[in-house]
Amino acid sequence: MLSIKNLHASIDGKEILKGVNLEVKAGEIHAIMGPNGSGKSTLSAVLAGREDYEVTEGSVTFNEKDLLELLPEDRAKEGVFLAFQYPVEIPGVSNVNFLKIALNEIRAYKGLEPMEAKDFLVRLKEKQKLVELDGKLASRSVNEGFSGGEKKRNEIFQMAMLEPKLSILDETDSGLDIDALRIVAGGVNKLKSKDNAIIVITHYQRLLDYIVPDVVHILYNGKIVKSGPKELALELEEKGYDFIKEQVGA
Amino acid sequence: MEAELKTMTTKDKLIAEFESSKNSLFDNIQLREQALEAFSKQGIPNRKSEEYKYVNIELSMKGDFAFSSSKKLSAKQIESTQFLKDAIIVVIENGKFNSESSKVNSLPKGLQILTISEAVSDESYTKHYTKYADINSDVFIALNTAFASGGVFIHLAKSAVIETPIHIIHISSVSENTILNTRNLIVVEENAQVQFVESYETVDLSAKSFTNTLTEIVVEANAIVSHFKIQNECELGSLISTTQVVQKGKSVFSNHTFTLSGSLVRNNLNIVLDGEHIESHLNGLYLTNGNQVVDNHTLVDHRKPNCNSNELYKGIIEDKSSATFNGKIYVRKDAQKTNAFQSNKNILLSDDGTINTKPQLEIYADDVKCSHGTSTGKLDVDKIFYLRARGLSEASAKKLLMHAFASEVLDSIKGMEELHNYLEERISKRFE
Repeated sequence: MLSIKNLHASIDGKEILKGVNLEVKAGEIHAIMGPNGSGKSTLSAVLAGREDYEVTEGSVTFNEKDLLELLPEDRAKEGVFLAFQYPVEIPGVSNVNFLKIALNEIRAYKGLEPMEAKDFLVRLKEKQKLVELDGKLASRSVNEGFSGGEKKRNEIFQMAMLEPKLSILDETDSGLDIDALRIVAGGVNKLKSKDNAIIVITHYQRLLDYIVPDVVHILYNGKIVKSGPKELALELEEKGYDFIKEQVGA
Repeated sequence: MEAELKTMTTKDKLIAEFESSKNSLFDNIQLREQALEAFSKQGIPNRKSEEYKYVNIELSMKGDFAFSSSKKLSAKQIESTQFLKDAIIVVIENGKFNSESSKVNSLPKGLQILTISEAVSDESYTKHYTKYADINSDVFIALNTAFASGGVFIHLAKSAVIETPIHIIHISSVSENTILNTRNLIVVEENAQVQFVESYETVDLSAKSFTNTLTEIVVEANAIVSHFKIQNECELGSLISTTQVVQKGKSVFSNHTFTLSGSLVRNNLNIVLDGEHIESHLNGLYLTNGNQVVDNHTLVDHRKPNCNSNELYKGIIEDKSSATFNGKIYVRKDAQKTNAFQSNKNILLSDDGTINTKPQLEIYADDVKCSHGTSTGKLDVDKIFYLRARGLSEASAKKLLMHAFASEVLDSIKGMEELHNYLEERISKRFE
């Protein structure tokens, strides 16, 4: 589904990603862990199409398409979804209204008619339940006045509404208490299927108790330095990132 | 004579016009002469005039102008400007009351609508006419008072509650360059309630129209008045629109000004809070593009204690257009326990657009709560990216954000669903 080869990216002339390689297949969950400043958020931003970053080398293929050639909105339309680490507040734009526009623009891209109002409402209700999002929050302005946990839950709610093929969860666990974490993770697990894939970016192992990855990658200094089964996350948690630094001889 | 005219300044032309036509104007010749003198003293504002430095009035008034027009639109053309189905319609066509197109027969009890010239013998008219808009304070007040020719006098009796809004439609349709001085007086007696919509339209306009309207509004004790200005003129229309309001104790007045088009629009909104426990709301939205110039000057004058005023003006500036917001708040020595708030926010969409914003607070009382804030910026790139990451095109993300920005002012319209929907549609179209 996703194939990243030798990806180099920089911001303001400073190289952050220094040759990332990653293969993700449909039905898989990949975790990317790494210390602060290792390039985790840069990777998610580059995949989503943030224009501040310049890709200097390498390629990203998503379902046979050159992802880097696509505009951010077209990436979304192809089925890439980024759950933001810091979702922005957009006063005056209702969550529901914006999701309806997004959904219909995605449908138009696929040559489909706009969704019937009735079907939209059914989906809205169903997905709200999935992430236990209060109906009032769903109809309010996007993230305005939401708590940290509510914002993260709203990201997963949007993911549920848009039904992407590849979801990238950028530190979705940060700032979440254990109850909120369980709800968010529960929502993600319910959305998982053999046809979609999820990349979980996190600093801590905690989230991976709830969203169990097939593969764990360790990103360090702009490169994936180690990949392994889910136990790798536990080892990392136990030994700390220093053990990686020692292993790669930094 | 013709050669002489060409070398005359606009000011001289106006004075000459006054001399030749003053005897045909209704009533108040003395007052008119005083006003002309005040006009003559102040002169046409130029770039050096502090209060008008961002609007090129001289240019808009250049050339020869007529002072009335005999052109009449068809009933159908006039109907096209009526965006409220359920309203008491007052049509002012090229500065004159149009009785055929107005719907002022069988008015609700307590409501009286006369043309301004019919009203001269009315007791309430005599009591209030020209008592609030000071000819020495502003050149266009002076000019309007000297030339006032059309317009209406609206009177609400004590405790009259009019549920149907009164829609005053100002239409310019002139076929030669014309200056129109329309004058309205609205008197809302104690405990009465009413909603006014004043819209400014141009229909089949083939020459420049320069409209200088002045509406005086008297809001007596306990009265509740909502006043909406919808400015829809085309690029041949220049508009100076002055609203002079005086409020008495425990009254509530709100003004909502929506400037959607027009080549030059200058709004002067002056509110005097002359009583205690008064509430005043000032909301404005201006969407400018092309070479448009829009200038909103507001003055909130707190003269007595325990009053609240709240002001929110927002603008979106595109292309080479320019917008000005100047908000004065006076809190006089006696006006203790005043709450006065003001906010002006702008989005600048182009590099060639201009915004001038100037809050001006003068506070002479010591126990007050006053604040003002102003911001000007571009559309937030993080918000645009967030929306695009969900599949919205850049254009629809921007449209959604502009709409959201504007909706704060739009949603200040309460209890006028038809007007709200009309504006909502107009504004949405504008962002397409």
